[in-house]
Amino acid sequence: MSQHIVPPRVYYTVFAMLMLGTAITVGVSFLDLGAFNAIAALTIAVFKAALVVLFFMHVKYSTRLTWVVVTGSVFWLAILLSLTFSDYLTRSWRTYG
Amino acid sequence: MPEATAHAQGHHPALAHQFESLEQQREASTLGMWVFLGTEILFFGGAFAAYSIYRTWYPEAFAAGSRSLDITLGAVNTAILITSSLTMALAVHAAQTGRRKALLALLVATMALGAAFLGIKAVEYAQKFAEHHVPGTSFHFEEAALEAHAQIFFSLYFVLTGLHALHMIIGLGIMTWMLWWSWNGTITPEYASPIEISGLYWHFVDIVWIFLFPLLYLIGRHGP
Repeated sequence: MSQHIVPPRVYYTVFAMLMLGTAITVGVSFLDLGAFNAIAALTIAVFKAALVVLFFMHVKYSTRLTWVVVTGSVFWLAILLSLTFSDYLTRSWRTYG
Repeated sequence: MPEATAHAQGHHPALAHQFESLEQQREASTLGMWVFLGTEILFFGGAFAAYSIYRTWYPEAFAAGSRSLDITLGAVNTAILITSSLTMALAVHAAQTGRRKALLALLVATMALGAAFLGIKAVEYAQKFAEHHVPGTSFHFEEAALEAHAQIFFSLYFVLTGLHALHMIIGLGIMTWMLWWSWNGTITPEYASPIEISGLYWHFVDIVWIFLFPLLYLIGRHGP
């Protein structure tokens, strides 16, 4: 299995989408969407990050083993965030109850 | 069999003894870099978790702090970093296809964009000092009722952007090293993996900023 050379055309397309995503996220932040401002901003950020990981970082063209390490890292991040939030963000609940 | 062939034809100068082929060596270095980036994801993840918890606890102060940041400088810096990721990706392509002059030019461009990012960051930091928005004894926030919690916002702002800037400075060091290796002919189409895994690091630092920009500068434009 030889290395995969990603054509520059792919990089230019991804670059254009990242710039578009940046413009959209700045634009959306000036609209009053309530709680959806945060959701919109983070959704766009996750989308941009996925583009960078898959194409700029070549994960789309990488071996299964690399996929396992990348998804494993994100899974561990999910554990870190979900267990931490499940504690801190629920502490105030009892005061309202 | 590939080993026997490699020995018969003589080793590629860049092939380390523990690997059977350059291909295996390349995949091992990519994997190793991703394991390191896994630790980096969790390192920044902890800082992002701290930010999220305090923001949930003190939404008014965090929104006010966020609104005091310069959205134009933040957006320009985002564009600069994304462009530097493009030049980095193109540098990998130039290394893989053996275009040495293009490789050198693209690495210099990546470093110049990285330096521009840090320059704008320095301007922003200088503004924070002038506005007394740096946590410490001289900290002052315009909305007195929010001062204590705004100081937490700015503490996290400096920790997050400071750690990011430190990674950028290390990235510039790595790029200087890669520039030297590209110049002296160490990098060849068969041995482009140093450029590739340096690129992985550079793109990772870009991704951290992709999250920092909305969390610090954008969320809170319409805070409570």
